[in-house]
Amino acid sequence: MDYETMVVITQSLALLFFVALFILVLGYVFWPGNKAKFERASRLPFEQGGTNQKREV
Amino acid sequence: MTSNTQKIAWNAFSDAMAVAGSIGGIILGLVFALAGRDDMIKFHGWLFAAACSVACLILLMRMFDDEENVDDTGYFDGPVRVATVATIFWGVVGFLVGDIIAWQLAFPVLNLDLPWTSFGRLRPLHTSGVVFAFGGNALIATSLYVVQRTCRARMVGRWSPWFLVWGYQLFIVLAATGYILGVTQSKEYAEPEWYVDIWLTLVWVVYLLVFMGTLMRRKEPHIYVANWFFLSFIVTVAMLHLVNNAALPVSFLGSKSYIIYSGVQDAMTQWWYGHNAVGFFLTAGFLGMMYYFVPKRAERPVYSYRLSIVHFWSIIFLYIWAGPHHLHYTALPDWAQTLGMTFSIMLWMPSWGGMINGLMTLSGAWDKLRTDPVIRMLVVSVAFYGMSTFEGPLMSVKAVNSLSHYTDWTIGHVHSGALGWVGFVSFGAVYCLVPWLWGRKGLYSMKLVEWHFWVSTLGILLYITSMWVSGILQGLMWRAYDQLGFLEYSFVETVEAMHPFYVIRAVGGLMFVVGSLLMAWNLWKTVYGEEPADLRDQPRVAAAPEFRESPAMARPAAAE
Repeated sequence: MDYETMVVITQSLALLFFVALFILVLGYVFWPGNKAKFERASRLPFEQGGTNQKREV
Repeated sequence: MTSNTQKIAWNAFSDAMAVAGSIGGIILGLVFALAGRDDMIKFHGWLFAAACSVACLILLMRMFDDEENVDDTGYFDGPVRVATVATIFWGVVGFLVGDIIAWQLAFPVLNLDLPWTSFGRLRPLHTSGVVFAFGGNALIATSLYVVQRTCRARMVGRWSPWFLVWGYQLFIVLAATGYILGVTQSKEYAEPEWYVDIWLTLVWVVYLLVFMGTLMRRKEPHIYVANWFFLSFIVTVAMLHLVNNAALPVSFLGSKSYIIYSGVQDAMTQWWYGHNAVGFFLTAGFLGMMYYFVPKRAERPVYSYRLSIVHFWSIIFLYIWAGPHHLHYTALPDWAQTLGMTFSIMLWMPSWGGMINGLMTLSGAWDKLRTDPVIRMLVVSVAFYGMSTFEGPLMSVKAVNSLSHYTDWTIGHVHSGALGWVGFVSFGAVYCLVPWLWGRKGLYSMKLVEWHFWVSTLGILLYITSMWVSGILQGLMWRAYDQLGFLEYSFVETVEAMHPFYVIRAVGGLMFVVGSLLMAWNLWKTVYGEEPADLRDQPRVAAAPEFRESPAMARPAAAE
């Protein structure tokens, strides 16, 4: 295989890979089932209280 | 066997390991100190042995402390406090050295004709001082604070978090003293020699383990987005550091080494490292800071959590390819240059998505910009982030780069990102952290924060505007030809033309240093428990959690 062919193949595969990855991310982000999870996650900085560790005696 | 005795056994084991490690460090340091092949490595050997001896002494003293009354169930904030103080200290040092070299450029006599004070040695001291010492400690402090709070879990480890923060300070001291004495592998932003690189690797692995271990302890199933940014910063910096610093020492007892790459491969590896240090150290890590401290200070959730996820994944997959734009019109193959430029331009989108997400978090609460200088600092940092991530892709376009490259425009661009974005977001975070970590009712003085904000902002503006003019002037003078095809200007004429702008830049830098001194004074007073001078002007979130009146008022969940 010559250099030019290799470049075309690898670049096309990389393009497909990145587009697919981006679509996957968008799918995850806009999946209706995830809405409540993200809503809750966005409020994590405001959780009050300490750690979840209990002192075991 | 009850879990308590197990715990005691485990603590004793970890104490023994820590002592053994510090004794090992003393021996290693003495080997370099006594058998080293050159004076520099001998000096570093003594320094290392001394640091390990101090660590060993402290460990032995602490081992006999009464453990019964020590509460090890709450947050583990001692190391966070150390890193916070280190951020402020190294910040002032790094800015000051930067301003000294700015005056050296304007008045070369200030080099003092001594090797140790020459621009060439002080410049890496400045860059490492601000990026790794100031920025690195700010990232360590905030990441360890944020990961514990958003996971509601105590940081893992007994001695390893202490090793992380103090080991990192030792790395800074080894690197900085090396630069002044002339120990360098002459890779930009990766100047420390092989043995300091190995030490940093060790510290960084512990950082990764502590961070990951704390994430794994989390109660909350979802990992808050700030932690994703912090984690990507830790992992990518580890990878960059290992690949870029692959070197062979001339002798395992000498300070000099040679990088295993050569020619254009070396250049490409260097700028793959260099640009991703910008992308993952100075961007991803500080975005983690933004995604926690802007919502926290504004007491509103981030504008769009979905956008933050798109922001994260697109920025980490695009940034890693942008490095070749540092090597336009060089021996690097043309396709690689174009690739670097294309990915840099694509970065516009996630960068601005992130900026909008940060800014719009203030939506409906814009009045806080007027009343709270800390949130103003955070928001202006995000605005600078937007500006420098607009300018960066512009400068990566080959036609623009042919004018801008090697000129002061680049320096101005870097500083709008470093002073405006990284500096201000860190100042904002540290102004939040200090009262929270030391349990204070507020900052010593909000008025001083106000002064810090305005003095530094004006300083940054002087800095970047003078560098724009100087850089474009310089670029145009370099490419000017007369009607016979000869160069219009000799090089020294371009240097002379830049003098007034160098003076303006140094004045701007001085203002930034003054601002940082105001911050150091203010935070010193806060830590020492001075009663706040203007508590009534401070938002309730300025106080440590135990002093806040009512629970956080955030946007109601799923109001629609």
